Amino acid sequence: MEVKEQHREQVIKVDNLTKKFGNFTAVDHISFEVYRGEVFGFLGANGAGKTTAMRMLCGLSKPTSGKGSVAGFDIEKESEKVKANIGYMSQKFSLYDDLKVWENFRLFGGIYGLKDKEISFKTDEILTQLGFENEKNTIVKLLPLGWKQKLAFSVAIFHEPKIVFLDEPTGGVDPVTRRQFWELIYQAADRGITVFVTTHYMDEAEYCNRVSIMVDGRIDALDSPGNLKVQFNAKNMDEVFLRLARGASRSAD
Amino acid sequence: MKQFLVFVRKEFYHIFRDVRTVMILLLMPIVQIILFGFALSNEVKDVKIAIFDPSKDQATQIITERIAASKYFNVVKMISGNDEIESLLQSGKVNIVLVYSERFYENLLHTGDAQIQLITDGTDPNIANAVTRYATAIILTCQQELLSKQFPQASQMSVSQGINIVPEVRLLYNPQMESSYNFVPGVMGLILMLICAMMTSISIVREKEVGTMEVLLVSPMRPIYIIIAKAVPYFVLSLVNLTTILLLSVFVLGVPISGSLFWLVFISLIFILVALSIGLLISTLVDTQVAAMLISGMVFMMPTMVLSGMIFPVENMPWILRLITNFIPAKWYIMAVKKLMIQGLSIDSAFLELSVLCTMATVFIVISLKMFKKRLA
Repeated sequence: MEVKEQHREQVIKVDNLTKKFGNFTAVDHISFEVYRGEVFGFLGANGAGKTTAMRMLCGLSKPTSGKGSVAGFDIEKESEKVKANIGYMSQKFSLYDDLKVWENFRLFGGIYGLKDKEISFKTDEILTQLGFENEKNTIVKLLPLGWKQKLAFSVAIFHEPKIVFLDEPTGGVDPVTRRQFWELIYQAADRGITVFVTTHYMDEAEYCNRVSIMVDGRIDALDSPGNLKVQFNAKNMDEVFLRLARGASRSAD
Repeated sequence: MKQFLVFVRKEFYHIFRDVRTVMILLLMPIVQIILFGFALSNEVKDVKIAIFDPSKDQATQIITERIAASKYFNVVKMISGNDEIESLLQSGKVNIVLVYSERFYENLLHTGDAQIQLITDGTDPNIANAVTRYATAIILTCQQELLSKQFPQASQMSVSQGINIVPEVRLLYNPQMESSYNFVPGVMGLILMLICAMMTSISIVREKEVGTMEVLLVSPMRPIYIIIAKAVPYFVLSLVNLTTILLLSVFVLGVPISGSLFWLVFISLIFILVALSIGLLISTLVDTQVAAMLISGMVFMMPTMVLSGMIFPVENMPWILRLITNFIPAKWYIMAVKKLMIQGLSIDSAFLELSVLCTMATVFIVISLKMFKKRLA
């Protein structure tokens, strides 16, 4: 947080971050910064190294070399502090199917050390905002996928983290629901929560403030969607992505 | 601490909202105790007996009455000729036929040569053996009583004549040969293993499979607490089951707790710890619930049933299997429970079992925690 650039606070700073599994270099010397309140798209084909990079940022895996800090804490030495300041929602499901909606909020609120009163107050507030007041006592399993994803996102930012990591959050839902989901993302960003999102949908990449595109463990492009389209002389992000991905030597897994 | 409690509460929700899990956890011990205690009993009851009594005197009547009164026998027919015997046995209407010699009482008193013949169906040697044993026991008692009643002063004499030397077999600790004495410790080992190892591993692996484990690992909750919190409900439930099993065996099966309840519970706690750490170990090795179930079933449950001495006596196994049984935690637990609960021995006598179980607990906990940390790196 000490480093200021363009009067904007850097919440993620990565310098030559590398992860090797034996001879295989999953993440190859990547460097980038993410600013507070930004919606940062982290793109790449399957197997490009996105998930590995994200796991290192979340403190789930140790880098082989290089440095990184998230929310002002070193990802290697202060991973516990990093964890307390981030939220996470994965492509797989992040809520407990057999718990009621409010029980999920209470569980994750409790895990992040929120007070009971605060939890019940915020739960009602969020459910009202989402229009889910009547679903408070519903077992999550019974809700449609799109609703669950919105709830999962609300749970991920329930403790007001500095950064929320979203790993392909909108997989398997229809475009309308995806659009609604992105509105939630913007609302969070407006509140100052930085959003770090991986996605497969190129229309979603257009919604990001800046996107990075990983190919073979390296970041081959990083800029706003507009600039990237100019740079690669492409009509849309789809084309940008395809041009870069064509150069990939790794096959998708 | 609050984190931890919130998490433990969630685990209880998981268990109690899944009907199947609840059934397995709470009904299984009851069903198993009843199954093993009654249905799978290897004692024989209500044996159908036919009696051929050509002499019909005082002595044969007494013996016949005794047999009819015993809980083991059910006199289905009094037959009147030798020729009926074989067809009765063949038709399966009776399991055993008892034949008195002629002028039985007279011979008993005077020549000491009164004879009884027991004819059994040997196709199931276990039953045949048991049945013959029961019948012999009854007959010998009657014989002795008859003689001493008739010649109070002469009973010593007849003993010295060598007619009535009755081998008195006493089965210590289990005088009635109740099979539940053997099965209760076995069921305890099996149930605790099942609940702790199998259910714990499945519940941890389920979080991996569904994807919630990742969310938890990204949270500030320390991984070790996640694991402990997941084990707590199963620990509590195994205590509930332990209580159920002990209550059922004391009040329903009539197996007494002859030794110290404290040490019995203590050694059970150690065994539960072993089983929990095995469950944790399994969960670090596999990624799907099915695999967790198969591994705990094939690698731990099957050997527990077959090699722990619960069903087949360890002493009768070939040496290589006997060697393997030493690595089955349940074997040591069952041995200890037999000593502490059935034989009523002090904890000193179960020192070996206790130390083996403690060692196993330590080793499994260390290995599984190492494996768990390695998987996270």
